[in-house]
Amino acid sequence: MFNIPKKDAITFVLFAIVVLTMPIWLTPFGASYPALLQKFAIYALLAVGYNLLFGLTGYLSFGHAAFLGVGSYAAVWSFKLLSMNPVLALSFAILFSGIFALAIGYISLRRSGIYFSILTLAFAQMSYKLAYSVLSPITHGETGLQLTLQDPRAIDLMFIERGSSLPTSNLFGISMSGYSGFYFTAIILLIGFFIAQKITSSPFGMMLKGIKSNENRMNYTGFNTKPYMLTVFVISGIYAGVAGGLLSITDPLAGAERMQWTASGELVLMTILGGVGTLIGPVIGAWLIKYFENIFSAWNESVLHGFFAFLPDGFEDIVVTISSKFVGEGWHLTLGLMFVLVVVFLPGGIMEGARRIGTMFKNNKDKKTKQSSDSEKGEG
Amino acid sequence: MAKASENIVLHVADVHKTFGGLHALSDVDLSIEEAKTHAIIGPNGAGKSTLLNVIVGLLPPTRGAVVLDGEVLTGKKPHEINQMGVARVFQTPEIFIDLSVIDNVMVSAFAKRDGAFKLKFSKSLENEKEINQRAVKILTEFGLEDKMQEHAGSLSRGHKRRLELAMCLIQQPRILLLDEPTAGMSRHDTNTTIDLLKDIKATGMTIVIIEHDMHVVFSLADKVSVLAGGRIIAEGTPDEMRASTIVKKAYLGEAS
Ligand SMILES: Nc1ncnc2c1ncn2[C@@H]1O[C@H](COP(=O)(O)OP(=O)(O)O)[C@@H](O)[C@H]1O
Ligand SMILES: [Mg+2]
Repeated sequence: MFNIPKKDAITFVLFAIVVLTMPIWLTPFGASYPALLQKFAIYALLAVGYNLLFGLTGYLSFGHAAFLGVGSYAAVWSFKLLSMNPVLALSFAILFSGIFALAIGYISLRRSGIYFSILTLAFAQMSYKLAYSVLSPITHGETGLQLTLQDPRAIDLMFIERGSSLPTSNLFGISMSGYSGFYFTAIILLIGFFIAQKITSSPFGMMLKGIKSNENRMNYTGFNTKPYMLTVFVISGIYAGVAGGLLSITDPLAGAERMQWTASGELVLMTILGGVGTLIGPVIGAWLIKYFENIFSAWNESVLHGFFAFLPDGFEDIVVTISSKFVGEGWHLTLGLMFVLVVVFLPGGIMEGARRIGTMFKNNKDKKTKQSSDSEKGEG
Repeated sequence: MAKASENIVLHVADVHKTFGGLHALSDVDLSIEEAKTHAIIGPNGAGKSTLLNVIVGLLPPTRGAVVLDGEVLTGKKPHEINQMGVARVFQTPEIFIDLSVIDNVMVSAFAKRDGAFKLKFSKSLENEKEINQRAVKILTEFGLEDKMQEHAGSLSRGHKRRLELAMCLIQQPRILLLDEPTAGMSRHDTNTTIDLLKDIKATGMTIVIIEHDMHVVFSLADKVSVLAGGRIIAEGTPDEMRASTIVKKAYLGEAS
């Protein structure tokens, strides 16, 4: 079970180091406060799970936000009815997002290609609309589902007295907000990453890649591809459900806007930006987009003035005026441009860029060693 | 007669296939004998590929049925038909171009075990190594051993064909269907392919081969059926076909 290829083991260790030290290396970028760190871990998990479906099989789901939403609601209900324990909340998030993914996947997977995408989109939008209307007893519609002082919390209240303020989620006393909350989400991310590695390198993963490459050939090779697709769809939906659960665990408030199609669209962007089908790419994509959304969007002219202070005054003003269009409210513009550039020049995403730079360096090095050995020969 | 029918592996029973008003196959009745190589020849558009499509479950016949070892295939799904032992090499290679050559063969090997989707992880761990060894062995036999890690999409057309053949054979099928396996090949590659197919034939494999190249047909076939306009117009040994005037008129004369 735990014997993974050496390359995967190295990747995992490096990834774990990068994730666990985020509070340190994100400080110079102004992004090391707990609420954002938690988001980095959670959306990375979401992207890793999404890539299992989209990256391995090529099936583009536009409905994963629905599973994110279901996971969020399930977790908050677990808090309200039973206990503030995050593990219990995650169990419910897994259960309900899994059932939801099974139902939506069963129907959507009767079609492939664009029709599959549209079916998933339709289901997600339906869930989103229903959350505001028919289902508002469960979702509390526009106000969103939140904790109240009167919540039953049946399990918790067997052991402790009802307090006078709203409780926060905690794992045997360890709070799920702040840095400890980040480390909880980070550990779940690492577990999710490990499982994704395992799936990708397994025969099951190989078959999923076969489906992406040539689904017809899979059929004539003797594969009933439907149950394979449904399995990975449910797994991927559960990842989204867990991500939704974590959003509620770190901040116990679930709203329907998490289910909107734009949330699914953002997930597609993350995956493509980072590199479809790679394990690390979607994580980088998720981090970039969350960074832009939260930090870059807060930059204003004074930040830019500080940035370009070394330029001559008049010139500085021009540069700041132009660049200010791309930061703050303009962050969508920058992101959009970046996305276009990546899709046009690096269809394999940022990971392809990294790979190209890697081979460039390697070639350079090869050339140099060759040159030096040549000159040695010349001297000899 | 009774004895002969015992050795029939595949029976195409009065199959009829129409596309709109076009009669692509009319009353096609074929019996493929065990361990024999049965060639199907005929001009372009005669319905040869359509016949294979009906056999593998890609197209439902308008009338008639296909029977493998006494079991009716018609109405089953392509993956079920393959599981029963029908493997096919397509006219244009159908492989997994994004996977490595060895993975292409491995996926095929796994199909035999996992195709019907059983989640038995313990079992899958046990056999992985053995399947890998079998894949390496068959690729070596097929002269693809130094290309095993390459992307299948980067192979030459001839190598792609050979890979597809390896993918079929690792499944140890009951019957092998080949759709013009030498089309577009050089004389030299064609001869290599003939030798390869002779080796496969020598293992006792039952083969149906669609072929344009008479040299290939006469080197391999035990029996030849001539298809023209969706009908079988003649059937016999290669020598009989060579001598037949109907065949010459319908096909050989025009081809050469
Ligand atoms: N899926 C299809 N739909 C409509 N017509 C088809 C289809 N497949 C084949 N045909 C037609 O059936 C005839 C036989 O085609 P085919 O079996 O490919 O011939 P062959 O392989 O002998 O060259 C041709 O006229 C072809 O256009
Ligand atoms: Mg044809």
